Amino acid sequence: MSPVGELVRPSTVTEVQEIVRERRFVLPRGGGTKPALSTPASETTVLDLSRLSGVLEYDPAEFTFTAWAGTPVREVEDLLTRHGQFLPFDPPFRDAGATLGGTVASGLSGPRRYRYGGVRDFVLGVRFVDGTGAVVRGGGKVVKNAAGFDLPKLMVGSLGQLGVLVELTFKVFPAPRAHATLRVTYARVEEALRGLLRLNTSGFDLEAVDLEPPGILWVRLGGREESLEARTRRLVAFLGGPVEVLRGEEERALWEGVREFSWVPAGHALVKVPVTPRRLAGLEERLARAGALRRYSVGGNCAWVAWPLDLALLHRTLVELGLAGLCVLGPPGRPVLGEWGGEAFARRVRQALDPQGKFGVR
Amino acid sequence: MRRAQDLLEGLRSIYPRERILTAPAELAPYESDALTGFRVRPRAVVLPETQDEVIATVRWCFREGVPFVARGSGTSLSGGSLPVEGGIVIALNRLNRILRLDPEERIAVVEPGVPNLEVSRAAAPYGLYYAPDPSSQAVCTIGGNVAFNSGGAHCLKYGMTANHVLGIKAVLADGEVVRFGGESLEGVGPDLVGIFVGSEGLFGIALEITLRLLPRPEAYRTVLAAYRSLEQAGEAVARVVASGVLPGAMEIMDRLSLEAAEAAVGAGYPRDAAAVLIVEVEGEEPEVEAELTHLLEVIRSSGPTEVRIAKDEGERQRIWKGRKGAFSAVGRLSPDYLVQDGVVPRTRLGQALREIERLSAAYGLRVANVFHAGDGNLHPLILYDGRKPGELERAEALAGEILRMCVRLGGSITGEHGVGVEKRKFLPEMFAEADLAVMRRLRRVMDPRGLANPGKMFPPEPVAATVGA
Repeated sequence: MSPVGELVRPSTVTEVQEIVRERRFVLPRGGGTKPALSTPASETTVLDLSRLSGVLEYDPAEFTFTAWAGTPVREVEDLLTRHGQFLPFDPPFRDAGATLGGTVASGLSGPRRYRYGGVRDFVLGVRFVDGTGAVVRGGGKVVKNAAGFDLPKLMVGSLGQLGVLVELTFKVFPAPRAHATLRVTYARVEEALRGLLRLNTSGFDLEAVDLEPPGILWVRLGGREESLEARTRRLVAFLGGPVEVLRGEEERALWEGVREFSWVPAGHALVKVPVTPRRLAGLEERLARAGALRRYSVGGNCAWVAWPLDLALLHRTLVELGLAGLCVLGPPGRPVLGEWGGEAFARRVRQALDPQGKFGVR
Repeated sequence: MRRAQDLLEGLRSIYPRERILTAPAELAPYESDALTGFRVRPRAVVLPETQDEVIATVRWCFREGVPFVARGSGTSLSGGSLPVEGGIVIALNRLNRILRLDPEERIAVVEPGVPNLEVSRAAAPYGLYYAPDPSSQAVCTIGGNVAFNSGGAHCLKYGMTANHVLGIKAVLADGEVVRFGGESLEGVGPDLVGIFVGSEGLFGIALEITLRLLPRPEAYRTVLAAYRSLEQAGEAVARVVASGVLPGAMEIMDRLSLEAAEAAVGAGYPRDAAAVLIVEVEGEEPEVEAELTHLLEVIRSSGPTEVRIAKDEGERQRIWKGRKGAFSAVGRLSPDYLVQDGVVPRTRLGQALREIERLSAAYGLRVANVFHAGDGNLHPLILYDGRKPGELERAEALAGEILRMCVRLGGSITGEHGVGVEKRKFLPEMFAEADLAVMRRLRRVMDPRGLANPGKMFPPEPVAATVGA
């Protein structure tokens, strides 16, 4: 048995291997910004990766970088910004101290996932310690690679249950030079949902489309300064009605707040619910009735739900709707709520990567 | 192994006689895929028309211990759908229904035998398309794309097939039917779709695939620039990237491939160029115009002998037709050729091309280069004459040296064709034994009897470190 509440801070990969081999149960932790995923509920060794930190390779002309998994996202973004590049999937909780490893293991992406793709689309390579204590490398360091099974993707959303991430390689993109955000206000949520569907099928090249119930649509444009004005005008004309345009610092701060979840009240859990635009109405109806705070991101593909800490009712609601949820902020325990269909396949994967169940107990 | 006659009895409970092929003439077209140097005659080919027939076939194979290979149109260039000695081929071209296309959710649910281009055709009326576009997209199937995580010209910006698959229903090699992923862009739990895509048929067979569709860009602007040397073209790619433009595609063709494409398609490429760079920007009209202005400045500063901008869709299509047809066009220059698919870091492209030139001279074999420059994905076409004794072996040795160079430069042995049978002996050059051990364990939990597409991806025997052991 691993000692209750033991916390270890390895500074080398070899130490990570030793810990995995010696302890009965292990839970990796990065910045601890998603406590529902990184707090043990029973006798488990917490493996704090903050000492495995720092960028190992970065050549701006490659659009890639490699860093230790414990590297804070903020550090990477500062470096990228100096070269006009960015992590397009908007990793959440950057300012709170999220790390690259935690971002991958939790499988979280922010609003600009709408246009550019999620964390899964930007992880190219991975090095991790599997449940047997072996160091495993998957993927590579180039933007295109089809050799071997795609282990980097498998690690996305793996919640520390398939291995301890130690090193990651990401693809990056040139950062848009300028942004504008449109705030469109509708009287009722049904109209806002219709507006969202219209945008999804419109062909406009939008960076983010978020819906804040009951009736606000946030639409973000990014690109070259010289074309932004014309693009904004076209979009305003398309949307019609009362539209407010935000630029500059106000615009930037707005999305930073979204990415940091500053709207989630203390004492509430935060649950991510993958959904589809068409199924959004059903979910919205239930959440509104329960009085939950919520925000719909990624053009209606991701619901973020703030919920008082007792999650039993939300779990039941998701089961009834045939949806799954991932508790990010909240009590430790079983972070997956609702109905998740991947278990049969996932069980086999866990058997291969963690045959002794080292990463099984939280 | 049981006699062929017994084998047929089992399959007849699943298929009518006309959908079980056993005569030599019927089997011949299935003996190889597009890597024609390898040929194996299967014991039988079955032609399922329903998912249930596929499931029943896999379960029967598991019970009887018969190896199977699923295949679509057989466009694999790495021998990924080469039959297995004594096994059966499950040909999926008749499972070609688009089960659902939902424009508001931007998804299409398809069976594995649907050709890639059909998805975009079906989505076109809604202003949507399916982004991954392998050069063989008119014939290659989605099932094959999923098995090999296929790419195409647009991977830098849009990623490979895995980035466009949201959900999968599959039958694993022991007959269990599983579903994972879904219809949302977001997910919960490990990215199971991500590990299934690119598994080269070693886990089982995808029966239903949910694809993400994208709005078709409003405008495309395609620029073609000619250069006096291949290196200059490579240098221009670095400049474009450094300038902050993210093109949808960036392709280079060298003199030999230009000649071939010109002879075959008449694309109107500049005749005296040593290399041509094709760059395409796409998106909203005002944005694309602004990007084009910027792009042209960058390109004009890179010393081209000629710069052309496609005036209309017809000109654009002609440029792409030449590029996409380049492989088959090279067939006119030589009785046979091998195409390789290695990747190098983009900043090492110049170095890689110089090394390929040196190797080409050293081996006395011509090499034509067509490649996805934006991704560093090389496609050296090694020309040889299979009738001349020893030439195929020399071509293979040259190809091997190119792959080793890619790994040495920090790249990969395959960007989009997969490992297949062709490159399995090179997989240990990229991955250590511990890496391969995990991949083998994964394979084993999905396919305990080793029946699904055996002999692909992994070298035949574990690479044991016997020295000093």
